[in-house]
Amino acid sequence: MSKGAGSKRTGAFAPAVSVTAGPVLDISGLTVSVRGEDGERPVVSDLSFSLARGETLCIAGESGSGKSMTALAIMQLLPQPAARIESGTIRLHDRGRGDMDRRYIDLAVLDERRMRRIRGDRIAMIFQEPMTSLNPVLSIGRQLVESIEAHTDLARAEARRRAVEALKAVRISEAESRLKQFPHELSGGMRQRVMIAMALALKPDVLIADEPTTALDVTVQGEVLELLRDLQREHGTSIILITHDMGVVAEMADRVVIMRHGRMVEQGTAAEIFSRPQADYTRELLAAVPRIGTGVGRQKSAEQKSVEAEMPGSVAVVNDLHVRFDLRGGFFGQVNRRVHAVEGVSFSIAPHETLALVGESGCGKSTTAKALAGLVPYHGDIVIGGRNLAGLGRDQRKAVRRDVQMIFQDPYASLDPRMRVGDLVAEPLLIHGIASKEERSQLVAALFERVGLSADQMELYPHEFSGGQRQRICIARALALRPKLIIADESVSALDVSVQARVLDLLKELQREFAIAYLFISHDMAVVENISDRVAVMYLGQIVEMGTRYQVFSNPRHPYTKRLIEAVPVPDPARRRPRFARLDQEIPSPTRKIGEDPPKLALRDVGNGHLVAVS
Amino acid sequence: MTNPIAPDLPATGRMPVKPRAGVWRRLVKRPLALIGLVIVAVVVAGAILAPWLTGYDPNEQMFDGLTLEGAPLPPNASFWLGTDLLGRDLLTRILFGARTSLIIGIVANGVALLIGTLVGVTAGYFRGWIGGALMRFTDLMMAFPALLLAICLAAVLQPSLWIVAMVIALVNWVQTARVIYTETSSLAEREFIDAERTIGASAPRILFRHILPHLLPTIIVWGTLGISTTVLLEATLSYLGIGVQPPTASWGNIIFENQTYFQAAPWLVFFPGAAILALALAFNLIGDALRDILDPTQRGRA
Repeated sequence: MSKGAGSKRTGAFAPAVSVTAGPVLDISGLTVSVRGEDGERPVVSDLSFSLARGETLCIAGESGSGKSMTALAIMQLLPQPAARIESGTIRLHDRGRGDMDRRYIDLAVLDERRMRRIRGDRIAMIFQEPMTSLNPVLSIGRQLVESIEAHTDLARAEARRRAVEALKAVRISEAESRLKQFPHELSGGMRQRVMIAMALALKPDVLIADEPTTALDVTVQGEVLELLRDLQREHGTSIILITHDMGVVAEMADRVVIMRHGRMVEQGTAAEIFSRPQADYTRELLAAVPRIGTGVGRQKSAEQKSVEAEMPGSVAVVNDLHVRFDLRGGFFGQVNRRVHAVEGVSFSIAPHETLALVGESGCGKSTTAKALAGLVPYHGDIVIGGRNLAGLGRDQRKAVRRDVQMIFQDPYASLDPRMRVGDLVAEPLLIHGIASKEERSQLVAALFERVGLSADQMELYPHEFSGGQRQRICIARALALRPKLIIADESVSALDVSVQARVLDLLKELQREFAIAYLFISHDMAVVENISDRVAVMYLGQIVEMGTRYQVFSNPRHPYTKRLIEAVPVPDPARRRPRFARLDQEIPSPTRKIGEDPPKLALRDVGNGHLVAVS
Repeated sequence: MTNPIAPDLPATGRMPVKPRAGVWRRLVKRPLALIGLVIVAVVVAGAILAPWLTGYDPNEQMFDGLTLEGAPLPPNASFWLGTDLLGRDLLTRILFGARTSLIIGIVANGVALLIGTLVGVTAGYFRGWIGGALMRFTDLMMAFPALLLAICLAAVLQPSLWIVAMVIALVNWVQTARVIYTETSSLAEREFIDAERTIGASAPRILFRHILPHLLPTIIVWGTLGISTTVLLEATLSYLGIGVQPPTASWGNIIFENQTYFQAAPWLVFFPGAAILALALAFNLIGDALRDILDPTQRGRA
């Protein structure tokens, strides 16, 4: 079924016109509506596009654009009973040869029993979160074999053989023994590969991937995208890739559909969309994408330096910080292993400075932040405003902690949903006994205005705001105590790019205005390059490289830093990177047996304070 | 979720709703809650006004209360709900029994709920050795036969209505504690609790202002479930001679005394059973409505 498709994409960038076999999926006039509190409302309106054989179509858009709803509509998996297909057709064409006598099935009106046969067999889907889409109590082998058996007449042994083949196809080593493993024994990237294996085991015509790499680390994302591309080349599968990440779009797409508020804004080949966007919205979207290597974030570094010179001393100094979590096991539940989350991290943050802590999940960056914010017990020294927290009593510590505030990743999860936002912002003032009741509400109103909200929104609850607005509330709350240091833990990662850009701007403005220092924690190198003065790269609980933004980005010395920077997808289809080097083994675990401490890395100055780990 | 479709549209234009703008007013606006309130009001009024509502004495064995063969009478014109095995008027006994049952169902159950919540919240939030100790104690209480404990306590102390209430509270808090513990420990992991700690909120503040409100739905459900359980437990204790002493009536002991005659005289079980059911249902309806009203994310929904 894959003839003709294998030859395309020979260069770094191949246009989609070589796809000739005619559409495999044809959507026209699709309208999906959801019944809500205030009646039915369309979430996808009058959407039409077609998917050619062997083609990758990216549906891009911000949250709420209806891109996932489109995918669910194709799969007939719309949330019941609220959502339904109001009108339109979704034609899945048979594997026909000529243009004449093309037979098709309209999925929009297909009954559930027949749809079940289509799902998995002809159209497969992979989801964002590979952990939740795998059943945690069944081995991956069993899940794979079952899905194969459900659609074919193969005997158990034959199905098993297919399963092993599928795992090998997604480059999982020791496929035979992996079959016995359970989802929790695999890393996120491995799990997503298993999902892809499961989706492709039946050689479907169409693979729908809904944000398949959003939950993964950048380096893993690179691997998974690479894999999808390889598999497509081998099998000629058509892929609908749903993503909010324009970098991923540029990397993967033959054609692109841009959606907003349930409508198609623009469609075209990847080259057209990126080089000559027609719609204003597409232009805005592309402009908002943080790009690595532009370094637009910080022109005022000269001014910066003078401020630093005027304000000597550090806001926070972290020295040889260790955070370890005990794991209990064995018959008597004694401590037998430890997670070495943070192993001897040292850094200092100057006033008015942004230090970015980057690394992939599990590298200990968030744990470092939590230790600094007083949320986890630690060993080592944390000095804030010249006072070492270790030697202080409870009340003194509370007073010192006022100077360090934190903004979390998920603004919805970090605001108590049962409190009014005005009360939430006033709460820090109340706790620290600042200002009378009237003054407090004036202060809060002023804070609301400052972060770009209006004072009469104080009476509302968190759920009544959008993601970006909620993050502004969190910022207002962190600002209330006029801290010297704000820890921003992945604070813009969950936001849409356009919102992300505005929140980053706000953070920068506030820094100028209130002379705050930021500890900015992120996995996104492009964002980091935009906002940071200095960058520290963490790997397995230790800092492997630290220096100014310029030093780290223009002259990365540690292999891991290089890898991180390389892994960021470039939002430009003309500059698709060469093959991304794949790691053959999994990233080692920070969990170790008692007594087996990890080797400590020594940092060497390679010039002007640019520190690199030597091994 | 106000606007899942376009979450980044400004949420302005919504009228700020006045907060506690009369929880009571919003309660009585809901038909189901109103039904619940009416039932509770009727039961309370019946209990208080019992002596004036019927012409009979609850413990008087009436000569005309039995057939010539000595069987109890089904509902009729003079005994509206019939009579019991000893020829006493069932309606009168149910009305007087409401006093006992209300005290047990509300006070004993309320105290149990309070203890259970406090233990569960403390153990769930602090964990460590405090949590461990509290939960092991809870497990112990759960494994220990409730009746045996009640018998021991009642044997040491003089049996009276209040002692019974206390015993029931001491026996019944365990399930609540277990459930609240589980919920609290998952709440304590939520990010907004971490966020509270970073602004310097003290443990009591986090517990009472931020965790307890989220436990309300659970507390309400267990509270209403507890009403029927405690009323029946009281009956069991009465039956064993350590509860409310006969001839004092309670809904539970009316059922207990008569359950063996269910086929011959079904009304003797049906009416007090219906009374317990109605009371539990009424509290459930009120609790349900209260839960929705107090939950800001449910605001604006019917």
